[in-house]
Amino acid sequence: MSINEEQVRNEVREWLKENWSPNLDLVEWRLKLADSGWGMANWPAEWYGRDLPVSLVPAIEEEFSKIGALTIPKSGIRMLAAATILNHGSDMHKEKFLKRIITGEDVWCQLFSEPGSGSDLAGATTKAVMVGNKWVVNGQKVWTTSAHKAHWGLLLARTDMDETKHRGLSYFIIDMNQPGVETQPLMQMNGHASFNQVFLTDAEVMPDFQVAELGDGWQVATTTLMHERRAADSLRSWGQASKGDGPIYDQERVETETTMQPYKWYPQRAGRVDLIMDRAKETDAIKDPAIRQEIAKLMTLHKSAEWTARRARAAQEQGKPQGPEGSLGKLAASNVARAAAKVHTLISGADAMLTGEDSPMDGIIAEILVSFPASSIAGGTDEIQKNIISERVLNMPKETRFDADKPFKDIPRNTVS
Amino acid sequence: MKFSFSEEQEEFRSFLRRFLEEKSPTTEVRRLMATDAGWEKEQWQKVNTELGLTAIAIPEEYGGQGFGLSEQCIVLEEMGRFLLCAPYFSSAVLTANAILYGASEEYKKKYLPEIASGDLTASLAFTEETGAWDISSMSMCATKNKNTYRLTGIKSFVLDGHMSDLIIVLAKVDDNSGSQRLALFSVDSTAVGLTKNLLNSTDQTRKLAKLTFTDVEATCISSDDVTEAMHKTFLKSCIGLSNEMVGGAERLREDTLEYVKMRMQFGRSIASFQVTKHKATDMLADVELAKSAAYYAAAAFDDGESDIAATASIAKASASEAYMQTAINAVQMHGGIGFTWDNDTHLWFKRAKSSEVFLGTADFHRELMMQSWDQ
Repeated sequence: MSINEEQVRNEVREWLKENWSPNLDLVEWRLKLADSGWGMANWPAEWYGRDLPVSLVPAIEEEFSKIGALTIPKSGIRMLAAATILNHGSDMHKEKFLKRIITGEDVWCQLFSEPGSGSDLAGATTKAVMVGNKWVVNGQKVWTTSAHKAHWGLLLARTDMDETKHRGLSYFIIDMNQPGVETQPLMQMNGHASFNQVFLTDAEVMPDFQVAELGDGWQVATTTLMHERRAADSLRSWGQASKGDGPIYDQERVETETTMQPYKWYPQRAGRVDLIMDRAKETDAIKDPAIRQEIAKLMTLHKSAEWTARRARAAQEQGKPQGPEGSLGKLAASNVARAAAKVHTLISGADAMLTGEDSPMDGIIAEILVSFPASSIAGGTDEIQKNIISERVLNMPKETRFDADKPFKDIPRNTVS
Repeated sequence: MKFSFSEEQEEFRSFLRRFLEEKSPTTEVRRLMATDAGWEKEQWQKVNTELGLTAIAIPEEYGGQGFGLSEQCIVLEEMGRFLLCAPYFSSAVLTANAILYGASEEYKKKYLPEIASGDLTASLAFTEETGAWDISSMSMCATKNKNTYRLTGIKSFVLDGHMSDLIIVLAKVDDNSGSQRLALFSVDSTAVGLTKNLLNSTDQTRKLAKLTFTDVEATCISSDDVTEAMHKTFLKSCIGLSNEMVGGAERLREDTLEYVKMRMQFGRSIASFQVTKHKATDMLADVELAKSAAYYAAAAFDDGESDIAATASIAKASASEAYMQTAINAVQMHGGIGFTWDNDTHLWFKRAKSSEVFLGTADFHRELMMQSWDQ
């Protein structure tokens, strides 16, 4: 590598000494980061970055954290938008959106999933039709985080019913503040409403807000999804705001809390294995030989899943090709969540029927019991996951397709649209 | 290195794999498992001399190579993969560790170099007819007669006990203060009063013997109580067995995958059925998770981690469930042919069964885990 890490660290330290102050306003500070390129150092130099390899980013962030300086949160839908725009957007898109993504002034949402297309995302039926000099969009999107607060949406819509399924899709940036866009919270079975449904009724998109070419929508969406998967991996560390005293820290804390609000139940969805032993001891369930067996089964699964993830990470860090262990994390997490919910039920006994303040731990246990099913659905169901692993890792034959070579309009689909 | 192997370790593994692939094809396994001995001295010594397998984890001061459990587990994993018929687990794992941790210096020096060189095969007789693996449940008592000890009673499920040159026996003995301690005794395999019966084991690749002692002369080779030493031996053996098991499970998984890709029914490869694909993925997850636990446990043992008792039990419970489940799936996915004697699947199925039980079933180890966490 031609760029020396120590050299970069020195440069960051110099720059921070000149520029960082906890008394700055959050947006003001992020503007400095955008202009200097230190906020997103791996971005191109002409677009608020420094052309540095992504492998140097941790070193830069370490220099920031040494003196308590705030960095740019690297997750959230707005960063998916940035990655997509950097890859596929026009100069106009980059000019208009990237800076306000860095400052956090604009909130973004992702309009991909539909009631009629979940696992089969490319089956989207929301239509964009050119009327006069504008795109007019009609359809319904679902599972949209932050739609009610978003300024901009990443929209996947069908622009050609006569084309094949994947080629008939195009990608747009849609202004969420317009009469044709209506958002409604979507209540989940666990009582939370972390996501929205978005109804698009003659919503308008200007032609230059189309991303890439007409018919390239699926390809662009793949870029967004790839980054979403990466972001999901870093969600845990992202949830913690930097510690520090001063107005800029307070501002960031408020922002983090707002952004993280929809994810409050996510630890419960994963099963809360961390609570098992304490709960078993305080309820005396630990004395029950049958429950002891179930606890040990869960811990065996949990530990071996954790060690498998560590094996995958170690291989990645050493630059070895990914072995089969690298693809199993999500499936294993679903199994752990399911097993943990079962064991929490056994430990809680009759209390497992209660919710809210009547439930153990002020409702946390009840929340586990009605949240874990999301683990094996969200971000790719277990079944889709198994198809992918069997085809890509085990090289088994691909599923027979009935939707590949014909016009989309001839493919059987759900009547809900 | 709990989560990856070094380049040297990887090289050692591939070398060993190529070697065993040639030396232990299933035709050879079938030939040897049909014999009473279960292995052939000349052939095994040739392999062992070339590779130094029995020496690997024995300290250098006792004539070994001084590697850790992690390295020995690579050997075991590959042996499990090829169902190598050899007196390895009995001599180089169970007995070598019992001597290393439990015997006095004099006997370590006497026996370990010979076990390391492969000149001496040895079996550890600790389990009795109840089949309990718990060290503290042993009932055999040694009696002292002047300067010699005498053993009477039965030891069962003794791995390779019918063939080994030396038998190391775990038995209680009265110490001078009037209480009892656990001690190790060495008994020559040709000793007067020792009857060795080969048991009919379902897994013919793993020979078990019942040893009946009738006033057999024995030498006490330990000076202190060996409860701790035997506990350590047991943990290490469980970790070793777990690694051997995941080697077998992985081989079975791979062979099954290859078979379903080749097998045609209804005008298509049965690997194209989603139900087969999902089952194959479940098998991959079972085996990979068990591998992670087995690898982690071996490295954690070498690192001297404090939670090693629970970790060893996690590895054994995980391997017991994964190997057996993989074997069940393997027979199922082969269909009718998988239930025939001529097809090799049952060789691993039976090894999965014997290993599931040997040194304790998954339930037994889950209870051990809980005991070590709930203190």
